[in-house]
Amino acid sequence: MKTQTYSLNLGPQHPSTHGVFRIILELDGETVVKATPVPGYLHRGIEKLAEARTYTQVIPYTDRMDYLAGMLMNWGYVQAVEKLMGIEVPERAEYIRVIVGELSRIASHMIATGAYGGDIGALTAFTYTFRDREYCIDLLEMVSGSRMTFSYFRVGGVADDLPGEFYPAARKFLADLPGMCDEYDGLITGNEIFQARTKHVGVITPEMGINYSLSGPTLRGSGVNYDLRKVRPYSVYDRLNFEVPLGKNGDCFDRFRIRIEEMRQCGKIIQQALDQIPEGSIQAKVPKVIKPPVGDAYAEVESSKGVYGCYLVSDGSPKPYRVHFRRPSFINLGYLAKLCEGWKIADVIAILGSIDIVLGEVDC
Amino acid sequence: MADYSIPADLMEALKNKFPGLEIQENRDVIVPAADLIPFMSEIKDNQDYAMDFLTNLTGADYKDRFEMVYNLVSMTHGYTLMVKVRIEDKEKPEIPSLCPIWGGANWQEREIYDLMGIVFTGYTGHPTRIFLDDNFQGHPLRKDFQWQGGREA
Amino acid sequence: MENIFIGIASSLRGFFSGLGVPDLYNDIIMLVVKLVSILVFILVNALWLVYMERRVCAFMQSRLGPIHVGPKGLLQSFADIGKLLGKEIILPKGIDLVVFLLMPVLIFVPPLLIYAVIPFGKDMVAVDMNIGVFYLLAVASLSTILFWAAGWSSNNKYSLIGGMRSVAQMVSYELPLILALLGVIMLTGTLNINQIVNAQNGIWFILTQPIAFLIYFIAGVAETNRTPFCLVEGESEIIAGPYTEYSGMGFAMFFLAEYANVMIISAMCTVMFLGGWLAPFGLDFIPSWLWFFLKMYVMIFIFMWVRWTYPRIRVDQLMGFGWKVLVPLSLANIFVTGVGMYIYRAIGW
Repeated sequence: MKTQTYSLNLGPQHPSTHGVFRIILELDGETVVKATPVPGYLHRGIEKLAEARTYTQVIPYTDRMDYLAGMLMNWGYVQAVEKLMGIEVPERAEYIRVIVGELSRIASHMIATGAYGGDIGALTAFTYTFRDREYCIDLLEMVSGSRMTFSYFRVGGVADDLPGEFYPAARKFLADLPGMCDEYDGLITGNEIFQARTKHVGVITPEMGINYSLSGPTLRGSGVNYDLRKVRPYSVYDRLNFEVPLGKNGDCFDRFRIRIEEMRQCGKIIQQALDQIPEGSIQAKVPKVIKPPVGDAYAEVESSKGVYGCYLVSDGSPKPYRVHFRRPSFINLGYLAKLCEGWKIADVIAILGSIDIVLGEVDC
Repeated sequence: MADYSIPADLMEALKNKFPGLEIQENRDVIVPAADLIPFMSEIKDNQDYAMDFLTNLTGADYKDRFEMVYNLVSMTHGYTLMVKVRIEDKEKPEIPSLCPIWGGANWQEREIYDLMGIVFTGYTGHPTRIFLDDNFQGHPLRKDFQWQGGREA
Repeated sequence: MENIFIGIASSLRGFFSGLGVPDLYNDIIMLVVKLVSILVFILVNALWLVYMERRVCAFMQSRLGPIHVGPKGLLQSFADIGKLLGKEIILPKGIDLVVFLLMPVLIFVPPLLIYAVIPFGKDMVAVDMNIGVFYLLAVASLSTILFWAAGWSSNNKYSLIGGMRSVAQMVSYELPLILALLGVIMLTGTLNINQIVNAQNGIWFILTQPIAFLIYFIAGVAETNRTPFCLVEGESEIIAGPYTEYSGMGFAMFFLAEYANVMIISAMCTVMFLGGWLAPFGLDFIPSWLWFFLKMYVMIFIFMWVRWTYPRIRVDQLMGFGWKVLVPLSLANIFVTGVGMYIYRAIGW
């Protein structure tokens, strides 16, 4: 019998590409022969736009990259500017950054967890994580006045001090967090069908993960212990006690499970940060017009998706000469084509979901 | 902040091996374009450095040159290294592709080709645009690119 | 209460014969009346089920669901139907127009045909057929062809994949479905649905045939294309499967037909395993048709419960589960049933 393959255009409008992402699949029946990812439908040219803005004006643009973890996106950028200018950030500001950053990470992982349940077909998981994310977002709103695009970080510190009502609310959320994670474990992780769908699917070996510059839960799912907060501690992470959850098999299930474990660890980090936070200034002495000296700097933070870096070149003017963002989603996605080969259509969705991309960040 | 750069004696050994190497005071290295592939292979495969993780790959457009920036990390030793390559030819910028060494270079190089117009040679499938339309004219991150409605940079 | 519907039917019949209508025409009129009332019954139930599904789903997802249109949101389905009727029916390029437009209409035919033989209560069956189960299984498989034709005519690869999946799913799950019912038929020795119900007077077949019930339930979920076997729609993979290109009322027809099918599977579970309209524990002050509805709705609720709890399985796992687990299990069930029957007979129970 003569058979032939056909191509299926998955996206850009598709329920589970997490935005406007397109994969051209070459299919043999339901089996993927070749996958060609096509990003770029959300490309706004943030790097170019940033060249025409002042250093402070760039901060809101970084929110719009990984809009699910805006705080962390802010952080990577201001850290690069601070490195370039040699600014020492006050300790209280560092603690506030850790607190809001980890809250942002929890919010992002909650979406990743719920949306992954939706990708596999369990839509109920989605509403549970979104219900709990609401508490997290409320906390961030209390701090920054915004729910998604915070623009809360400033060069040399943060925009505002934590309000008084934040502390009890945060502690209440932290007390509830382990229960929420248990609920996700019970509803999604422990489900037989879910495990059958995700275990041993889309396996990334540690060697390939490193070779393809993957990072974040995608790399740690393969058992590579690479978390910047531990490997090269920035801010005050060296004073906080937490663990880095690692996977064993590098399959979709491990990548998914790690995110839930990370949420628990985030809770621990915030708890300690709330206990340790000192009084003091939240803003270093920074000139009104930020003019870094001529030169370049590259700084990285661990965002919810992986290593988020910012390469900054200054020509001494109030506007950055060149800004480049190393977006973890984008680079993690580079391995997708190889990862999908030989799996079914349903697995492509499972694999894509397990990488946890945000298209705002991929396309930048 | 702790120091994660490569120790001085190892840098010295590199300098001896690649005479064209230029080490800056903040321990960034500038490599001649011709030496790029051998240099990268050396620091990746030599277990003294074991720079096996290509974190970041980008480029910048200066008035007289293009500059490629590579950020490398060693998973085993924890070193970090910033490697820069100057491309003097502003008209037809070309540089060997790192895809044979790191798979992770692929998409990042495509991004730089797309936005900056630096052509990566020695790898099939390069150069192709990744974000912009295939029929798009020009490379937006170049300094001489002015788009309609854009603010004067 | 018990005989309310039968009473209406016989008084209607008496009214017509009083008018001097000959018996033959009277029979035809009565048949039409019965079928129309079943049609109305299905549609009203389907609308109610859409609402119920949304409420149950919302309850499981810690939401509220529709609450604003009408009291407790009861009129939401009607509002939706009104909206959908006003929508343009979009005809994509390159479709097989006749088939494409025919399918949303024909999709209601198999459910309608099936309801003719289902006893809603004591003596409340439109057509009392002596090969009822056989007829029912034959007709139930028809809807697969309609799904497939809808997918094929849409000129869309997602629709085609969905249609193909629907055929594959039917082929592998029709078998355990029928084999599971075979256990019941062996016990009763009849294909007449009324007699099967009456045979459960002493003990429901869910107790004597628990494995058959389980297999029938699982295969039934697969037959109605609901989670965890909703591969035909598979909204996170292939958008909406065969319905992808349908808009407005065309889509809504498929949607309502799904609920009609859910009702059938639940009704069949009730009739075959849960004693149909028989009252349990001698509680026969509640009319038989009400018992039937109660049992059917319990089954429907379980269907919804399953749907909003489980993820979707993959297409090869679906096949593997059907052929490697359900079919052997149902064959084993038939074997055990047969042996058991002989043992019971030998000990003269």
